Amino acid sequence: MSLKNALRAATALTVLTTSATFAETLTIATVNNGDMIRMQGLTDDFTAKTGHEVEWVTLEENVLRQRVTTDISTKGGAFDIMTIGMYETPIWGANGWLVPLDNLSEDYDVADILPAMAGGLSHDGTLYAAPFYGESSMIMYRTDLMEKAGLEMPDAPSWEFIRDAAAAMTDRENEINGICLRGKAGWGEGGALITAMSNSFGARWFDMDWNAQFDTEAWANTLNFYKGMMDASGPAGYATNGFNENLSLFQQGKCGMWIDATVAASFVTNPNDSTVADSVGFALAPDNGLGKRANWLWAWALAIPAGTQKQDAALQFIEWATSKDYIELVAAKEGWANVPPGARISLYENPNYQEVPFAQMTLDSILSADPNNSTVEPSPYVGVQFAAIPEFAGIATEVSQEFSAAYAGQQTVEEALEKAQALTNDAMEAAGYR
Amino acid sequence: MARAVTPQRKAINTAAAWAVGLLIFFPILWTILTSFKTEATAIADPPVFLAFDWTLENYGVVMERSNYGRFLWNSIIIAGGSTLLGIIIAVPAAWSMAFVPSKRTKDILMWMLSTKMLPAVGVLYPIYLLFIKMGLLDTKFGLVIVLMLINLPIIVWMLYTYFKEIPGEILEAARMDGASLKEEVIHILTPMAVPGIASTILLNVILAWNEAFWTLNLTAAKAAPLTAFIASYSSPEGLFYAKLSAASTMAIAPILILGWFSQKQLVSGLTFGAVK
Repeated sequence: MSLKNALRAATALTVLTTSATFAETLTIATVNNGDMIRMQGLTDDFTAKTGHEVEWVTLEENVLRQRVTTDISTKGGAFDIMTIGMYETPIWGANGWLVPLDNLSEDYDVADILPAMAGGLSHDGTLYAAPFYGESSMIMYRTDLMEKAGLEMPDAPSWEFIRDAAAAMTDRENEINGICLRGKAGWGEGGALITAMSNSFGARWFDMDWNAQFDTEAWANTLNFYKGMMDASGPAGYATNGFNENLSLFQQGKCGMWIDATVAASFVTNPNDSTVADSVGFALAPDNGLGKRANWLWAWALAIPAGTQKQDAALQFIEWATSKDYIELVAAKEGWANVPPGARISLYENPNYQEVPFAQMTLDSILSADPNNSTVEPSPYVGVQFAAIPEFAGIATEVSQEFSAAYAGQQTVEEALEKAQALTNDAMEAAGYR
Repeated sequence: MARAVTPQRKAINTAAAWAVGLLIFFPILWTILTSFKTEATAIADPPVFLAFDWTLENYGVVMERSNYGRFLWNSIIIAGGSTLLGIIIAVPAAWSMAFVPSKRTKDILMWMLSTKMLPAVGVLYPIYLLFIKMGLLDTKFGLVIVLMLINLPIIVWMLYTYFKEIPGEILEAARMDGASLKEEVIHILTPMAVPGIASTILLNVILAWNEAFWTLNLTAAKAAPLTAFIASYSSPEGLFYAKLSAASTMAIAPILILGWFSQKQLVSGLTFGAVK
């Protein structure tokens, strides 16, 4: 063997040994959403590039939230990467539970992350989670039914237009409901919709002294408008409908309009699952002329818990999964309509992606939501469809239960608002805010 | 004297029993049927019962996405191990309560049962911290211990009830013939209580197999059993009912088969001593 060959062999051996020594097995907790499942299927690409193996723990969203909260608050170290949302990230970052993502590589191009997403996933200007995909909410509507009703959907409609259009599109004999909206109890279900809607009616959860605001006219207007419109043009039992129930109704052609997460656009336009795939249009969530629209902002993001021993490998994975290259990889394998949306500016500059019918409206919706200034009157919290304080999930779940009871006719809107006001103030007092 | 049952009465009783049985079984049947539908058919309104294009696609997707064998193996070890350990501890405990009771035996039994009234989430953090400290997080051994402790009151109660039905004189006779305590329990008591022990084992395997709070909260990737396998197919943002049904069918199939083949023992054990 020549000296040159010997050197080559030694180098190869060294590289192999080194990569074997540092190859880790990462445990990643995630949710069962389409984009996440796609990522799991492409993990081999990451392993091939880095040598690190990945073990997935996929759980239903609420189970995942409880599971990762238990682990991170006890520094259990069961996971090396967690999939968390815009609600948890700033709170956990402030608690010192997450590793700051302040040493991302130059190739990663952190400046390419949509500012709304980066802002919602940061605390005090430090990024604590990288957005895997982002979403807002928008109107998805049936173009054929809109035409039949003799109406034309504006790009940025008002609530009044939506109510009138819903009434015009409703055809009870043919099981067509003019509008489908979430009513299900739960802060991330009906609670998210009504909070985002309340922003456009000039309502807010708290004043600057953390006093509950459910006794204001703006909240009464929000709930009365919602209930009036849904009673007249919504599906039966709407008080228990969440995302999946409405998706099912829309895909079967039983909704004229549906205001919900922008990720639903790819479901309702997929001819394999949707019977109305070829007649769906999109518009911005409605407003009331007060300067705020009824759309929310959310991101599923990847974060590294402070308890992990595999920080370097975890960071490598996050850089891989939320990179521009990953988007290209998905596009090559599954088409541009299936790439994770709403995270990077460059995606929306890509001519291939611009051809996707809902791409521009998704971006416009994301850009029109501002988590740092979500209400008409000033509020002390960050977040559009939530207030980023640890107590919010518990309080909002109870409040949304009261609202759902009002939608179902078990109590009046006034009673629901009175109870919401009392329970929120009690909880905020117990937590020391008031 | 037994009352005569007319053929009409018998037919009505049989029909009513079948109706109740089918009603109870219907959710499982619906899950199994849904697992053979496409996602679009799964959400069809009105629902389709049998007239659909049957497909095995969901099972293929589930098998490709998840390591079913590992989840199944973990379930077998956790459910079997916790039940076995529970029986080993509960047989002597139930023997002493049934045959040499003290003044406090009934109180102890009630206290044991009262531990079942505590909501599990109330002790999640203490147990989680203990598991971290002892290195038991995401281990099958840790779950065997926890599930054994959770089901121990039921095991002791069931065995105590069966043992109470066995005449104490038989054990006395064995003692008079020179049997030691160990021989009395192993060679005399246990064989006589086999139907009761068998049904206790079966019931506890079912309880441990289906336990979904601790098995989800104390595991990650390595020790997760079939409950975690099912949970991985549930999603509030996306319609995956057919795949979820396929995963559920695969998770409950082993325990359904076990229950089907051991139904005779299960019924005889559960009705042991009911009719004297």
